[in-house]
Amino acid sequence: MNAFVSALGVAGFGFGLARPLFRTEDIPQAAFTGSAGTQPVVRLRNFTRRFGDNDIIKDLSLDIAPGEFVSLLGRSGSGKTTLLRTLAGIDQLHADIAGQEIRIPPTRAVVFQDARLLPWKRVWRNVALGLKGLDIRSRAETALREVGLDHRLEAWPLTLSGGEAQRTALARALVRDPQLLLMDEPFAALDALTRLRVHDLVLRLWSVHRPAVMLVTHDVDEAIALSDRILVLDQGRIVAEERIDTPRGQRLALTADLREKLLSFLGTGRIGDDADIAEVFADKPNIPFSPDEDFRA
Amino acid sequence: MSLSKSITRSLSRARWLSPLALLLLWEAGSRSGIIPARTLAAPSTVIETLWQMVVSGELPSNLLVSAGRVLLGLAIGVSSGIILGLVSGLSRQGEVAIDPLMQIKRTIPVVALTPLFIVWFGIGEVPKIALIAFATVFPVYLNLYSGIRGVDVRLVDAARSFGLSRLEQIWHVVLPGALPSLLVGLRYALSISIILLVIAEQINASAGLGYLINNARDFMRTDIIVVCLLVYAVLGLLADGAVRALEAGALSWRPALVEQ
Ligand SMILES: Nc1ncnc2c1ncn2[C@@H]1O[C@H](COP(=O)(O)OP(=O)(O)O)[C@@H](O)[C@H]1O
Ligand SMILES: [Mg+2]
Repeated sequence: MNAFVSALGVAGFGFGLARPLFRTEDIPQAAFTGSAGTQPVVRLRNFTRRFGDNDIIKDLSLDIAPGEFVSLLGRSGSGKTTLLRTLAGIDQLHADIAGQEIRIPPTRAVVFQDARLLPWKRVWRNVALGLKGLDIRSRAETALREVGLDHRLEAWPLTLSGGEAQRTALARALVRDPQLLLMDEPFAALDALTRLRVHDLVLRLWSVHRPAVMLVTHDVDEAIALSDRILVLDQGRIVAEERIDTPRGQRLALTADLREKLLSFLGTGRIGDDADIAEVFADKPNIPFSPDEDFRA
Repeated sequence: MSLSKSITRSLSRARWLSPLALLLLWEAGSRSGIIPARTLAAPSTVIETLWQMVVSGELPSNLLVSAGRVLLGLAIGVSSGIILGLVSGLSRQGEVAIDPLMQIKRTIPVVALTPLFIVWFGIGEVPKIALIAFATVFPVYLNLYSGIRGVDVRLVDAARSFGLSRLEQIWHVVLPGALPSLLVGLRYALSISIILLVIAEQINASAGLGYLINNARDFMRTDIIVVCLLVYAVLGLLADGAVRALEAGALSWRPALVEQ
């Protein structure tokens, strides 16, 4: 148990400064062991995604088990967001590619890097966006309480701090009880301390709600601290896959070696540099709305 | 010493000083006979006339007629602009059909259409209202259209990822996102409508502010003309205030307004 606490030592330090949101000891370990028998929630076979003549994703196969926490590492432009958009069902798919199989669960939710809250809706209405039923408000309240924002229910999103906005986005995703939770570099814009606190929060929420998680990140340490499995994507292919069986509390020891190994797949440039974050920001310019179905075309 | 200094300083910053000085000069000019009443009535006379016109009911009744023209013209123009902007902003086919026509319409100064409108609609109320309506369509259309196209597609993407239908995406994301722009268009439309009112009321009006002005011109009553000009100015200010109030209510989520 000591080792467990120390593994999240830095996060614990962060909590030490303020009222702890959750105690790290409460976080159970991943239930998923990769054993046969469970139906995967995501199943991709020979998935290919083209823009014009460029194959951005090529013949990719991937299974994600229920409740599994998968991180996706990769350089800027390696196709991470493209893959995530497919799993989110945002992009229309080319049905005509031979041998391709795409299965995604019916309930999915996405947390984007830029929280993407609607500025004209109060926080709880953002969380409740698209929910149907009578008790929408109380469901939104519950979700916001879970991320520690029950005092900001009526706030306007533009008055939130970066961390608060991202926690709202998390609440908005979890209130839907998704089978698959997709996160596209959700912590990249947060300062280090806030990031560690949100890591803890994500693990905690994951252990309670048990969605399968696909976390896109450029931060190797983040991937090691959080996931059951790490994938490295390069030029649209999975070039490395690491399963981490070590309990989340005891990962500090293995960090150094695994880190080196993963970094070797990511080329010479250090991942997580400021330059890389800048690229991440440049990733999605403000593309104007177009009335066609495919907004990105 | 320091008192006189601070008085000088606050006087040098007072923005009301030069208009007041002009008024006083004007009054002095009128009293001394340098400015004859048939050229321009004295401010004091104007105020007196204003009071008489209010008490006799002459001003309120004619103002009501003019206000009715503006409101009806605006209602027609703004609602057409909104409908056209929505169709054109939300669908490609709509854009292809509507936008070229609107761009052609933009090149024709509406005032130049007055003779044609008189031929078509006579010299009654219809051409006046039609002119106002016709002139206010475009600013509303253009701002709504570009507002819709300027909505951040990332927000639409997010709404789609949460399973919102196309209609829900438009209702929750696209339209609120285009609202600030629409309000800008509305503000333009309001100020244009006042200008067009002045012009339209030159067409043989038998009631309204323009009628008062035309009559006053024939009798060289410059005091009445100035009173009517004042009323036009107040109408403009009221219109602007109305849009500001609307914005404060509808856009309260904006940080500048939130911080207050
Ligand atoms: N809508 C699109 N049209 C054309 N090319 C695209 C589109 N979306 C992404 N791409 C290209 O696909 C590649 C991978 O993009 P992306 O998945 O966003 O990378 P990552 O998220 O790993 O940084 C990039 O080279 C990008 O330019
Ligand atoms: Mg990306």
